[in-house]
Amino acid sequence: MVAIVDYGVGNLFSLKSSFARVGAEVTVTGDPAVLHAADRIVLPGVGAFGDAAAKLRATGLDKTIIDEAHRGKPLLGICLGMQLLFDRSFEYGEHRGLGLVPGNVRPISEVIPADLKIPHIGWNALTLTPHRDKNCIFRDNKNGDHVYFVHSYYAADCAESVTAVTEYGAKLTAAVQNGNVYGTQFHPEKSGPVGLTILKSFCEVTP
Amino acid sequence: MITKRIIPCLDVKDGRVVKGVNFQCLNDVDSPVELAKYYSENGADELVFYDITASAEGRKLFTDILTQVASSVFIPLTVGGGINTLDDFDRVLKCGADKVSVNSGAIRDPDLVRQAAQRYGDQCVVLSADVKRVDGGFRVFAKGGREDTGMEAIAWIRRCVDMGAGEVVVNSIDTDGVKGGFDIELLDAVCAAVSVPVIASGGAGSIADFVELFRALPKVDAGLAASIFHFGEVTIPDLKNELDKNGILVRK
Repeated sequence: MVAIVDYGVGNLFSLKSSFARVGAEVTVTGDPAVLHAADRIVLPGVGAFGDAAAKLRATGLDKTIIDEAHRGKPLLGICLGMQLLFDRSFEYGEHRGLGLVPGNVRPISEVIPADLKIPHIGWNALTLTPHRDKNCIFRDNKNGDHVYFVHSYYAADCAESVTAVTEYGAKLTAAVQNGNVYGTQFHPEKSGPVGLTILKSFCEVTP
Repeated sequence: MITKRIIPCLDVKDGRVVKGVNFQCLNDVDSPVELAKYYSENGADELVFYDITASAEGRKLFTDILTQVASSVFIPLTVGGGINTLDDFDRVLKCGADKVSVNSGAIRDPDLVRQAAQRYGDQCVVLSADVKRVDGGFRVFAKGGREDTGMEAIAWIRRCVDMGAGEVVVNSIDTDGVKGGFDIELLDAVCAAVSVPVIASGGAGSIADFVELFRALPKVDAGLAASIFHFGEVTIPDLKNELDKNGILVRK
């Protein structure tokens, strides 16, 4: 079973539907016992990093997620959920993340030309890193596959974990993997068939 | 780099798509769910649903349909029509909308844009503006283009973006329905005034009109149209092939 973490951030209807579409048994939960029992965990997120991190801590779910990831359970962070996996973010101040992937979250304005719009909204192409093992969530994807992005911050200082980048005036981190911990900056649940393929692969990685 | 988005727009009344749909390949041609699936499978980058129902039952039907669409179509969904309060935002977001478009509701209460952006994030709030030339200037119209608000359009759009609108749909009343091309002059003025994504609407009559739009205005992010897609005059794969041939980046 795939458990989507409900910590009061964002609308999880589409995400739940997209996992159901790829044949997964899926539940939306804020219950640590359910997360513990699940085979895989998905950490969603929209909005500001500081608020989301505070909500995760207030509910105590931060500890559950970290424990489950340390036990080797596959974990997928999506969009802000991916950013929360990192050590810290510099979105409106400095905030501590879950520390499951080494690196920092920084404003894209620091690296892209001033004439490009922020947020980076829309469909952009993935460039996948060459080495893809059977546990890569891009197992069945190819370079140039388009996915849907909405973000103003990006994951930096994480070269060793990057599994895909996208070009937007600079090479921005599109996805990361650190062992059993996965993250996508884009929204696979809004990326058509390409996105569903990625979610299906995540459902099939072996813990 | 980011691709230009092609966005079919569906007007829904009492649970059915209006504006006359002419697809031979669909059994139930005015079913919003069937049409949404069809467009998604054919390469639409996003879908916009406008609820043009007035009754409470119709509104309930609309949210039911939205739920069905969101559980079967996995591309971004924008919803507009009858969005006047934060509760309206809540109602459609819970049913699977990703973005909410405000028009007359923002004119009545501009603070709605600010409050919604604060609660749901800028990326969720789309300002839709119906614009028409009056006395040599651009004016904002309300109530589906029937009422002149007297407000200068570019200043209005900029004000809403400053308050947190994350995207702007610019619908030109002057070119809408004429099928003679998008309103390049108006869109150029909007692009110069704001730094958020601009979605062009009103006037698309052919593939060439989209090519002209993105060539003349590289800063425009998306083209929106209804009837030319519904009537099958332009198919999205053909449109994207032609844009691609003209060196305009699209998702294929």
